[in-house]
Amino acid sequence: MTKILIDGTEVDVPADYTLLQACEIAGAEIPRFCFHERLSIAGNCRMCLVELKGAPKPVASCAYAVKDCRPGPNGEPPEVLTRSGTTKKAREGVMEFLLINHPLDCPICDQGGHCDLQDQAMAYGVDSTRYKENKRAVEEKYIGPLVRTAMNRCIHCTRCVRFLAEVAGVPDLGAIGRGEDMEITSYLEQAMGSELQGNVADLCPVGALVHLPQSYNVRPWELHKTESVDVMDAVGSAIRIDARGREVMQIEPRISEEINEEWISDKTRHVVDGLRLQRLDRPFLRENGRLRPASWGEAFSAIAAKVKGADPKRVGALVGDLAGAEEIFALKALMGSLGVTNLDARQTGEAIDPAWGRAAYTLGAAIAGIEQADAILIVGANPRTEASLLNVRIRKRWRMAPVSIGLILDEQPDLTYPYTYLGAGTDTLASIAKGEHSFLDILKKAERPLVIVGEGGLGSLAAAAALAKDVDAVTDGWNGFGVLNTAAARVGALDLGFVPGEGGLSFSAMLEPGALDVVFNLGADERVIGPGAFVIYQGTHGDAGASRADVILPGAAYTEKSATYVNLEGRVQMANRAGFPPGDAREDWAILRALSDVLGKRLPYDSLAALRKAMYAEHPHLAAVGQIEASAAAATLDTLAALPGESAKVAFSSPIADFYLTNPIARASRVLAECSGLARGRALEAAE
Amino acid sequence: MLSDQDRIFTNLYGQHSPGLDAAKKRGAWDGTKFLLEMGRDWIIEEMKGSGLRGRGGAGFPTGLKWSFMPKKSDGRPHYLVVNADESEPGTCKDREIMRHDPHLLIEGCMLACFAMGAHACYIYIRGEYVAEKFALQRAVDEAYEARLVGKSNVHDYPFDIYVHHGAGAYICGEETALIESLEGKKGMPRLKPPFPANMGLYGCPTTVNNVESIAVAGTILRRGGAWFAGLGGKNNTGTKLFCVSGHVNKPCNVEEELGITFRELIDRHCGGMRGGWDNLLCSIPGGSSVPLVPAEQIIDAKMDFDTLRNLGSGLGTAAVIVLDKSTDIVGAIARISYFYKHESCGQCTPCREGTGWMWRVLTRMAAGRAQKREIDMLLEVTKQVEGHTICALGDAAAWPIQGLIRHFRPEIEKRIDQYSANPHMDAVPMAAE
Amino acid sequence: MANRRLAPAAEQPQSFAFTPENADWARGQIAKYPEGRQASAVIPLLWKAQEQNGGWLPQKAIEAVADELGMPHIRVLEVATFYTMFALEPVGRFWIQLCGTVPCDCCGAKELKAALHERLGPSGKVTADGNFSWLEVECLGACCNAPMVQINQDYYEDLTPESLNKLLDDLAAGRPVKVGSQIGRISSEPKDAVNTLTDESLFDGSRVSAWRKRFEQTEAAGEESVKKDEAASTEARVKDETKPARPSSGRANESNAVDAPAERASAGQAPVKPEDQAEARDAKAPPAQDPAVEDDKILRSEPPHHPATIGAGDDVPEGENPEARADAVGTRPKGLAVPRDDRPDDLTKIKGIGPINQRRLNDLGVWHYDQIAAWSPQEIAWVGAYLAFPGRIDRENWVGQASDLAGSKG
Repeated sequence: MTKILIDGTEVDVPADYTLLQACEIAGAEIPRFCFHERLSIAGNCRMCLVELKGAPKPVASCAYAVKDCRPGPNGEPPEVLTRSGTTKKAREGVMEFLLINHPLDCPICDQGGHCDLQDQAMAYGVDSTRYKENKRAVEEKYIGPLVRTAMNRCIHCTRCVRFLAEVAGVPDLGAIGRGEDMEITSYLEQAMGSELQGNVADLCPVGALVHLPQSYNVRPWELHKTESVDVMDAVGSAIRIDARGREVMQIEPRISEEINEEWISDKTRHVVDGLRLQRLDRPFLRENGRLRPASWGEAFSAIAAKVKGADPKRVGALVGDLAGAEEIFALKALMGSLGVTNLDARQTGEAIDPAWGRAAYTLGAAIAGIEQADAILIVGANPRTEASLLNVRIRKRWRMAPVSIGLILDEQPDLTYPYTYLGAGTDTLASIAKGEHSFLDILKKAERPLVIVGEGGLGSLAAAAALAKDVDAVTDGWNGFGVLNTAAARVGALDLGFVPGEGGLSFSAMLEPGALDVVFNLGADERVIGPGAFVIYQGTHGDAGASRADVILPGAAYTEKSATYVNLEGRVQMANRAGFPPGDAREDWAILRALSDVLGKRLPYDSLAALRKAMYAEHPHLAAVGQIEASAAAATLDTLAALPGESAKVAFSSPIADFYLTNPIARASRVLAECSGLARGRALEAAE
Repeated sequence: MLSDQDRIFTNLYGQHSPGLDAAKKRGAWDGTKFLLEMGRDWIIEEMKGSGLRGRGGAGFPTGLKWSFMPKKSDGRPHYLVVNADESEPGTCKDREIMRHDPHLLIEGCMLACFAMGAHACYIYIRGEYVAEKFALQRAVDEAYEARLVGKSNVHDYPFDIYVHHGAGAYICGEETALIESLEGKKGMPRLKPPFPANMGLYGCPTTVNNVESIAVAGTILRRGGAWFAGLGGKNNTGTKLFCVSGHVNKPCNVEEELGITFRELIDRHCGGMRGGWDNLLCSIPGGSSVPLVPAEQIIDAKMDFDTLRNLGSGLGTAAVIVLDKSTDIVGAIARISYFYKHESCGQCTPCREGTGWMWRVLTRMAAGRAQKREIDMLLEVTKQVEGHTICALGDAAAWPIQGLIRHFRPEIEKRIDQYSANPHMDAVPMAAE
Repeated sequence: MANRRLAPAAEQPQSFAFTPENADWARGQIAKYPEGRQASAVIPLLWKAQEQNGGWLPQKAIEAVADELGMPHIRVLEVATFYTMFALEPVGRFWIQLCGTVPCDCCGAKELKAALHERLGPSGKVTADGNFSWLEVECLGACCNAPMVQINQDYYEDLTPESLNKLLDDLAAGRPVKVGSQIGRISSEPKDAVNTLTDESLFDGSRVSAWRKRFEQTEAAGEESVKKDEAASTEARVKDETKPARPSSGRANESNAVDAPAERASAGQAPVKPEDQAEARDAKAPPAQDPAVEDDKILRSEPPHHPATIGAGDDVPEGENPEARADAVGTRPKGLAVPRDDRPDDLTKIKGIGPINQRRLNDLGVWHYDQIAAWSPQEIAWVGAYLAFPGRIDRENWVGQASDLAGSKG
């Protein structure tokens, strides 16, 4: 710790802190543009100049370390002045330079109202210009379907370039030319290839890069902001949903150190238009082979007519990827009261049995814990498409210090960091376990090895667990074994035990033609139910599930209800309502509650609060929002390792074929469809 | 006048062969092994004792700079990088060393590398010097062939020397920009600290020295720091290559003692002032980065670091640009201003935006198309650039203009008056270039 | 400098690949740089590609170089657009770059520019016959030979509009031309008035080895008094306020990071290249001792090598007995009552320890090299104060010397 005086206040900070950090601790605000906590230090905007006593000229506080300051002649602590005349003059000068070539087009700029330059010009600038020459004109650039450019406004802070090169690992942007003609662009104006590119518009401190899908549509002050969580994958990124009236206008990241830091994937961000399109806004009923709009009463009586006469053994319930815990709990209770045991929420990954313990289906190390891992083995997963933000964390780990990363998968995707490709499937896993591959040594030598099994590798869960046990992946202070789920609903459903009961059929078995008479489908759209069954589909979008349905009950999307989700770490999170479901659509738990009444099995709760009370009584850990319940990882690992191994030789393949189109909401989005098309084009080009 | 016996660059004008044999006859590679055997500390002490100040413009003591390198390697290799990116307007001395006396440079590299525990040296030569690049490469090849350098050589000190070239960027003469460029990036200066002696080329301890600073090392060590320190004046020791250009009768490069007066330099070596001494308007004594000095102050001034600093200017690279009374001085400084606008790397705000602004205002002033209050505004803008940038290019862009306003303000005002006294069409506004 | 863009698609070649010779050459360039640092070769490779493509750099060449070096395309495009010598659009067979910066400008570059404009049209355009294109560029570094142009790779100096026109005539007609000065200068000497470098003895080899006399004298004097005096006087001269000419350039003093490796080494890690150290140590003449004290003053601005001993160097309490004095600044090293095996090491082999100091050390129970090698900074401070020469132990690196001697003994 080093003492330093900031405007006369003495603070004691670690020696490797920058002056800017020290100033913040002392409560002195330092303006900045290029500096960003999560990016490398560029020191190029010069806005953060402060006077350092004894230094011949002002220093860039973002780049100058406390340890580089020299103490005074008699050993006094170094002194920084953030309000002195020198500092003020330096700031005013830099601000003037930033503005001389910046267009005064704030009224038509999408950044207006949340613009760093605007704010800081108010705080640190002067009120008039002395620049009489013509302003610089810069051509607009095409850099992809998600980010619109207005390059006249660019202040060359290079945050976007650094983000893509450092965090996203897809260095698509650069600054060409030099001097005052320097321009930010992609190579020959090709679309950026990162699945995180939307973040560059968030990072842009001015209006040079703005979100193209929302451009000219949104003003920050007219938005109602709701904090929530994302359900596009099982990471559960922290988001803020901005709505105008009842319409969701944009989704932005929230800071969450444990999960997504402050980034979100493009799918999370730009699914917004999918929330408006292809919506189921009233019940439908199939008549003569065609779906027709119906009233709630008609729909419910059609269901009652089918269910009441059915044998519970011929009735089943499926839960899809986006359902909240509340409706799963309600559905399970309803099915239980009907005596139905054919329950399953495992649209993918049927190998998991929640009875093994929570550690068998969560990522015990947690996402932030990846930073502690010193060797990583990924079995049957492509983390970049299955959990983009988790992949960002692995990349972050790799950038902190080189780390050995091994991958077993049937393809060799670009994960944005170098990894050792070990092989395709079970054989490789077996040979590593036997020590025929040097990667075993790496894992064994590691103090905190991490084995991540994706859904593609769940068939070999036992073998992977045995390997993890062999390399001491689970110790007292470290849980280095985990499963990478891809669906937001999955962990919650497994926590609630939404799996086949005594003699119940599994997900795949229920899909078999003729397996069941009645299937209740709560938003499962990725797999097709075979002919024969009467299908009740409760969901939000006219997707695969709806077109197979005989009755459609319109539900609420994740932005339209308050619901509990458990992410892949096992962290309980709460999504909040930012708007209302369209038309006649209702919140899902309420639909089930109403249906139970019609079926004569009335569920014992009349409000969401009452439902939650009942749910928390049965599953107390769900009440601890934001927490990860500790699990008996070692015992679970023993159980898993003792399971009979698979004998079949299979290659592991990722369950995600198209990153942008993994669920009904995303498939409804035009923006994501365009992204998907571009990504396919790139893949084809790369294959050539 | 400096005696021929005390000149280091004895083939400055290329009257003799630059080849190894001739160079050896002139004293290069003479007893290099003996000097190496005197030890690392001895070399650094001699260099410190010589009082040699860096010849690349900043004038930082070379021996001291060498001593900043870690004494022991922590596992990272050490590097010497020779800055041969000679681009400061007015400067053309390193060119002569590289094409006419390359072996002095190569030997100096070896001695410097030995003194700093480096086994590899990169010479970064500016891209335009194609012939010089070939000449230097030829000399390096000769040295390899004669096993003077190389992994195993007659000096028993493994040492590799590589010639690297740039491609047209003045900023690469800044040491950290040069390192960036050598790493294959745009030549954008790095933030300091960390300094190159700790984190330089490829993140390893690195020293960047000017060609001339390195090339004199061999002779200094042979003849002793005391000999070198005995030339010139206190704190401004030794000999220096002066590049005299502009309005003298016979512009030339010449090696002279530091502290020679301006008048003697011109009269003895450059055939005198064009049109006589009364015709001298001013001089830019250290390359375009330093403020000009008007005739009456420069004419009998000693050409050394301290005298010129006290005149509000600097010795810089000792590139003496002499301007006579026919010069459009505002236009000339505007041209210099354009140079800095052209060469700004664009990384940091004050320089990127300020150099263009200053050039545009000065260009108007050169034609008189300005307001008198804009002179003060321009001066303020130069102060806003100066000292607020990552590297010294911002300062270098600001200083010539400050010098102009300090000494020739009446000239600018006269033009403005002349312009406004005559009827003019307003200039048609054009889009910014 | 206007925005630099790649040439329009119509002018771009469909493909680019290095010729076999150039590919070989490129591999040679890449080999100059350490493993994994091949990006360093980007400028030479782009330069070669430009040369191969007739003086300008097409898009496909940028991509080819990027792929060759494993760099993202955008990074190479950044480089190609940053450095102005990369011509991104086609140039004439003779590509004329006219230096227009002040030293040339005031010596006639304006006239050359007018001549070029008149003869070849606006800059940047290739003439109809494909022979010429021209551009005004910034200082080309031949200021003593102003004004000048660079045509392709060659400099043509001391030009007038007439000689430039003649030069272009000759080039266009394929006649041989003289590179360099066009008025008969060899290089940058004063024309017809060279009054320096006329002493023949500079060139006939007669001066070779003459300088060795001063070393012989030194040796003859037995001690190093001669050299010491010389060095001392120069040291004295330098230490008088050596200030950098620019305020910024002295900043190297501010970082103590500079000596991090030295600190690490002092923490007991073996130096990686012992042979270098050995060479430096084996020097025939050790650095003069007395000036080293002066030296210390000069280097006060330099970061301390062993921060823990600084206090000891600066303020040693006076007037107490040596032990009390030493206790005030450090810790007394543990001693041995008698040497191991009764065979003490010869401590005078350590430079800086003479017979008297050896005795005093022995009195402290210090008999062996390895004892000295193991001193902590506090112990160094204590011994320094005890022996009344604070700081010297570090300066003379007793610990390092001792550990080397201990190593060679064992």
